[in-house]
Formats: sequence, structure tokens, C-alpha cells
Amino acid sequence: MIKALNQIGRYFLMIGEVFYKPVKWKVMKTLIFKEIDDLIIGSMGIVAFISFFIGGVVAIQTALNLTNPLIPKSLIAFATRQSVILEFAPTFISIIMAGRAGSYITSSIGTMRVTEQIDALEVMGVNAVNYLIFPKIIAFSLYPFVIAIAMFLGILGGMVAGVYGGFIGQAEFLQGIQTDFIPYHIFYAFFKTFIFGFILATIPSFHGFYMKGGALEVGKASTTSFVWTSVVIILLNYIITQLLLS
Amino acid sequence: MIEIKNIEKSFGDTKVLKGISAVFETGKTNLIIGQSGSGKTVMIKSLLGIHTPEVGTISFDGRIYSKMTPDEKRTLRTEIGMVFQGSALFDSMTVEENVGFPLKMFTSKRNREIRDRVNEVLQRVNLEGSNKKFPAEISGGMQKRVAIARAIVNNPKYLFCDEPNSGLDPETSIVIDELIHEITKEYDITTVINTHDMNSVLQIGENIIFLKNGKKEWEGDKEEILETRNKSIIEFVYSSDLFKKVRENLLAEEEEEDNK
Ligand SMILES: Nc1ncnc2c1ncn2[C@@H]1O[C@H](COP(=O)(O)OP(=O)(O)O)[C@@H](O)[C@H]1O
Ligand SMILES: [Mg+2]
Repeated sequence: MIKALNQIGRYFLMIGEVFYKPVKWKVMKTLIFKEIDDLIIGSMGIVAFISFFIGGVVAIQTALNLTNPLIPKSLIAFATRQSVILEFAPTFISIIMAGRAGSYITSSIGTMRVTEQIDALEVMGVNAVNYLIFPKIIAFSLYPFVIAIAMFLGILGGMVAGVYGGFIGQAEFLQGIQTDFIPYHIFYAFFKTFIFGFILATIPSFHGFYMKGGALEVGKASTTSFVWTSVVIILLNYIITQLLLS
Repeated sequence: MIEIKNIEKSFGDTKVLKGISAVFETGKTNLIIGQSGSGKTVMIKSLLGIHTPEVGTISFDGRIYSKMTPDEKRTLRTEIGMVFQGSALFDSMTVEENVGFPLKMFTSKRNREIRDRVNEVLQRVNLEGSNKKFPAEISGGMQKRVAIARAIVNNPKYLFCDEPNSGLDPETSIVIDELIHEITKEYDITTVINTHDMNSVLQIGENIIFLKNGKKEWEGDKEEILETRNKSIIEFVYSSDLFKKVRENLLAEEEEEDNK
């Protein structure tokens, strides 16, 4: 318990240090572009694939459970839109990202730790926390764009599955996704996406930066980092939903 | 000149350095020797400010580290070059980006000036034509040369090397030792080298301190180390069978002479 509090304390100290004594902009700029490429663009494929098919499955599930003929078919579209925008895109995709981008962050920073590359930076007088973690935080500020694409593809997947599966007509689907649209839900979804992006950049970095040991421990640190990132995302999801929607 | 006085460093309950004092002279290769686990790396990392000793002072040409302002410490860092045990090159950068890194971070030099200086030091460590290669694509000996080039690119006053020839074959080790020695003389650097390799000790040991169980057990130069009667030194120096046999022969010869 004391150890956990200690860890949490160190995490916040690290966050403070990220913004302290930054490296030259000329150097930072290149680092940011590289992280955007690795973490954001590099994750688009898997995110697109998962969103599309999850959206499809949600539509089919809703259609199959809709046995009452009094309920309009457009509910399939409505349900798909709501679940994709509110949960599947922001939360589910973030858990996938904790595995995809998170393990990559922990193992790359962890490897730098065990091979003394971080010591090398610090000896030169580089603020290693800023150098390594700040560009990742900035790259993840583009994360809402990833989720916006995930939302679009999820709903598209729902429409394709619904229409080609013969559950609903295309016109009815398009009308369904426009019913009872609440802009506040979009704010809620992107607000939590933004928070999750920060978590995805910082918790895996923390686990890599403060790891000890050798190559074997790098693997272990990646696993621990995935577990903690997911747990924190799920808990924050609960708290944010409680605060913003109820 | 670097002067350390009575430094102590612990991790948790274990005291690794138990009050060490020493002087590392300018223009000389100063060696810290001792068995694995004797605290050599902790010692060098304390000099570098990566570890903070609980007791004692470290002064760089009269400037006491613990009394320096953050700005002065930053200046000091730019005067320090470090060669890590595993080279610690940045994997994601090419050879020339690695070597140019300290210049890019801490000077206002233009890209062209940086490139010229990088080529100059790469030439100095006899490593031309590998500029665009990544650390994973070159041999261990070449990585060490790159690490040395990176350490000296910004004209350091102080150079630290942690086991510079660990993982290298004996021939390459000697070349690397000689390189560090020559650079030390050429640029009048205060060089501190950790090693447990007797070849290096005899090759470049101008000022040697021997660590045992966290204490300074002995101090001298490469001639003195072969003549000392200190038991721990003898154990350390003659730990290999080759050296044991050489010593037995020497002692036998001495006895013969005494008997005459
Ligand atoms: N960061 C650390 N935390 C805890 N113990 C350490 C740390 N670094 C070194 N030690 C301990 O200090 C002792 C000396 O280590 P080290 O200086 O690496 O030895 P050497 O370089 O002479 O082989 C060892 O017992 C090691 O376990
Ligand atoms: Mg060591």
C-alpha cells in the first residue's frame, strides 16, 4: 500500500518534470513528428480494423435482440451510434492502444534505461523525462482524431453489417443514426478520449523510465504497464461517466 | 584535477562506498580498479552526479559540486564526457547523429559546423565511412569508438570511462586503451577509467586506486603495483593462472639470487 502511494507520488513528480527545463525546440520538433508517426499513424490500421468490425457486430446483436415488431428498425442504427460513440470508440480502442502503443512505449524507454542511454542523456545535462515523454504527450494530443475516425468507421461497419445482413434498409439506418442526437455526448466522448490519451502517453512511460534490471525485466515492465494503463482507463471511465452523464 | 574527500554512498541498508578520498590528476589516465561489485561504477556515477553521496565532497578544479548552483552544474555537465560500459549509444540515431548529439543539444553551431566537427572526431578515433550506420550495424569495438567520439566531441575537461574494454577482444582492448590514453595527453583531459582488466592497468595505469569492500585499499602506479606486498593487490593482480605462474617463476628466480 505504501509502495503504491510512493509510486503514485513519483508518477506525479515525473509529470511535473516533463514540463520543466525543456530541450531546444529545434530538437523537440523532430522528436514530436517521430512520435506522431510511431504512435498515432502507426496505430491507425489496427484501430480502423477493430472499429469497423465491432461496429458491425453491435448492429447485428441489436438487430437479433429486436424481436418486438412495434419497435422501429431504426433503433439498430441508433443503438450502434450510441454504443460506438459513447463506449466502443473511446474506451475499447484505448484499451487496445494500451496494448499497442503502451507496450511499445514501455519497452523502448525501458530498453534505454537498461542500456544506460537514459544515464547518457542525464550526464550530458539533458532533461531525459522531458526529452522522452513530452513528445509522446504531444503526439497523443492528436488521439481524439484517431477516435473520431474510429467512431466513423464503427458506425459505417454497423451500417454495412445491418444493410448487407438484411436487417435494415440503408435509408432507415441513415435516418436512425440522426435520431435524438445530443451534442453533449460528443463533448463527453472527446473529453474522456483526451484524458485517456494523456494516460496512454504517461503511464507506460513511467513504467519504462523507472524500471530496474535487464532485458527480461523490460518484458515484465511492458506487461505491468499494460495492466495498470487498462485499470486506470477503466476506473477513470467510470468516474468521468458518473460526473458528466448522471 | 578532481578531488574527492571521504565520500560515502549507500543503497538502502548497504553501504557501497565507505569513505573514499582520492585525487585524479589532469593529463593523466587515472584508474579505479577492483573486482566486480567492488563499487567502481557507483564511484564513477557519484562523480557524475547520477548518484549523490550522503557524505563527502567532490571538487572539479576547486569547484565543489554540492555547492554549485544549478547553472554552474549545467556548465559542468558540458565539460564532461562519459563512455558507458555498454557504450550507451542511442539506438534510434546513426553514428553521426550520436556523435553530433551533444553539439546539437548544447551549442548554437550550425548543421554544417556540427558535421565538420563530427567528421573530425570520427577521424580521430579512426572510424571513417560509418557515418550513416546505426549502432546495431557495427561491431562492439566500433561502438566503443563512437562512444569515445561522442564523449570528446564537445572538448571535455573531464572524461569518464566505465570498463571501456568490457566485451572486446584483447587486441581491440589495447587499441581502445591506447586511444583513450593518447586523447588524454593530446587534449590535457582529466580522465578517470574503471577497469578490472590487468592488461589495461599495466598499459595505461598512471595513477591507480584499488577498491575493496567499498574502501580504498591501495594507491600507486603501474610500476608500483607489480612490486607491492599488499596482499589484496597480489590476490587481485595474480588472480589468473597465467599471472600466478609468472609470479611463481619470478619468486623462484629471486630466491635463487638470494641463495647465491
Ligand atoms: N542503483 C543501485 N541500487 C542498489 N544497489 C546498487 C545500485 N548500483 C549498484 N549497487 C550495488 O553496489 C555494489 C557495487 O556495484 P558496482 O559499482 O556496479 O560494482 P562494479 O562496477 O565495481 O562491478 C553492488 O553490490 C551493487 O549491487
Ligand atoms: Mg561496473
